Amino acid sequence: MAVTDGAGTESARTSAKRPNRLFKNMTAKLASIPMVFTALVVFIGCTAWTIYHSFTKSRLLPAPDKWVGLDQYERLWSTRRWLVSIENLAIYGICSLVLSLVIGFTLAALLDRKIRGEGIFRTIFLYPFALSFIVTGLVWQWVLNPQFGIQSVVQRWGWESFTFDPLNNADIVIYGILIAGIWQGSGFIMVIMLAGLRGIDEDIWKATRVEGIPVWKTYIVVIIPMMRPVFVTALVLIAAGIIKVYDLVVAQTSGGPGISSEVPAKYVIEKMFQSQNLGQGFAASTMMLLSVLVVLIPWAYLEFGGKRRD
Amino acid sequence: MTDATTNTGVTPRGTKPRRRMSPRNIMLYGTLFVASMYYLLPLYVMIVTSLKGMPEIRLGNVFSPPVEVTFEPWVKAWAEACTGINCDGLSRGFWNSVQILVPSVALSIAIASVNGYALSLWKFKGSEVFFTILIFGAFIPYQVMIYPMVILLREAGEGLSFITGTRIRLMGSVWGLVIVHTVFGMPILTLLFRNYFASVPEELFKAARVDGAGFWGIYFRIMLPMALPIFVVAMILQVTGIWNDFLFGVIFTKPDTYPMTVQLNNIVNSVQGVKEYNVNMAATLLTGLVPLIIYFASGKLFVRGIAAGAVKG
Repeated sequence: MAVTDGAGTESARTSAKRPNRLFKNMTAKLASIPMVFTALVVFIGCTAWTIYHSFTKSRLLPAPDKWVGLDQYERLWSTRRWLVSIENLAIYGICSLVLSLVIGFTLAALLDRKIRGEGIFRTIFLYPFALSFIVTGLVWQWVLNPQFGIQSVVQRWGWESFTFDPLNNADIVIYGILIAGIWQGSGFIMVIMLAGLRGIDEDIWKATRVEGIPVWKTYIVVIIPMMRPVFVTALVLIAAGIIKVYDLVVAQTSGGPGISSEVPAKYVIEKMFQSQNLGQGFAASTMMLLSVLVVLIPWAYLEFGGKRRD
Repeated sequence: MTDATTNTGVTPRGTKPRRRMSPRNIMLYGTLFVASMYYLLPLYVMIVTSLKGMPEIRLGNVFSPPVEVTFEPWVKAWAEACTGINCDGLSRGFWNSVQILVPSVALSIAIASVNGYALSLWKFKGSEVFFTILIFGAFIPYQVMIYPMVILLREAGEGLSFITGTRIRLMGSVWGLVIVHTVFGMPILTLLFRNYFASVPEELFKAARVDGAGFWGIYFRIMLPMALPIFVVAMILQVTGIWNDFLFGVIFTKPDTYPMTVQLNNIVNSVQGVKEYNVNMAATLLTGLVPLIIYFASGKLFVRGIAAGAVKG
């Protein structure tokens, strides 16, 4: 900090010789060219490019001069496949948000009860996070296989009428994907929660014990409110992951049966790179960006806006 | 409150020795074991299935251990499984992934570490702004930037061909994908390195400045050797992330340079031919093996790597 302050006052002193300022700290500036390029050209430039082209009639090639206003969006929101995608994302999103937080917190709380073999359990819960969504999707496709998987095993045990075939049932296919998604990601939430629990002062536990508050009540009334920032972080991370769901669906169901497990990210990629309908792809991806902003802006406001006020 | 010790005059010191089989412990370990089953089941099923022959799979259930252990599915998955007309197995995808992985990891870490170093010790006007854009950029869905990225790579390739006079293609080549991984891995890695270098004692930096060391001198001779642990964390993060990538692989490469994940998906989800579940599971395990080995070998460092994204800068 002080270094930069020093540099600041120095540059203020020499501000009479203006041209020199550009060359001050030149190596650092040159070394930061990739970062500046990424920030300006890719993150801002490419995003703006896509948003702009979502208002054009681009089909096989981008057509910046064929402005059509909101046409692409109207088309998008009257496409059944997109509506199914949004519905799936909503179900998947809400369920995985709730389940990840509940499972992640519960497992973390259990591991925090000074148990034996904590390391082993933690390793078991977290290892799926190291695997790719492709591997996750393919494994669960096999485990949920109606002919050989869980369904047939239970039937062979004697429960003849047992049916559990989410991947071939359009009504519940998204829950089949959910099972796999939770399997892959909840360990990560557990790690974050465990770190949060370890940050809780031991004295608080002592105090609640003296007061005679039962453990489960302590968690709900004292610990969870104290861990608000951890929950917010976990929430943002889960939300950012949900919108990106793509490879899991590709591997597990390829969007099927029919279009019943389509998701927005898949819609975008297919419109852009397979059905040569760029305008739709751009409009759909802009909608994805919009939904991220809906989550991100309140969060950024709470996190950074709040800090500044303090 | 209802504790017996509060009523009696003489109280034993220390915590009450717990019975090992108290209802509380049964509940606790019971829940943990049930949860472990859910997490371990797919791995078990994968291993077991990949060691069975097809007739045994058709007869038995997915959970039964193999009666006759066979490694043939593994051999087949590695060397013979077909994608389209190519029947040289997953080995091709494996080597493609290695070729993508090594330069991507090296370049992304090199650039991000210099970024983090410049951002924490050589701040210049506007550097914080770029950093903020970078962090917020991490939340932009890739789908928003992916098409313009394709155009950029194509144009850059043509520009380079024009300058050098030889035909250079970035789009569809390994190098294009390396650039994409470097760009999209930058936010998290830069954050990681910035936070690390910000914690370096300032006296060290000042002393080096007094001795006349410049930007690169300090970076290579002081910061780099000091930051080795964080480089390891970044490597774990990038190796697993890039190895597991599917989206960029499928868009920025062509069929003969497809990374392992893309090829795996093509093998397992191909509609032609009889489904060989044992080969599929062997292939899936093979693809998952690299990140799994890293995970089990690195232990706490892996947790540190993934938690790096969780801590706010």
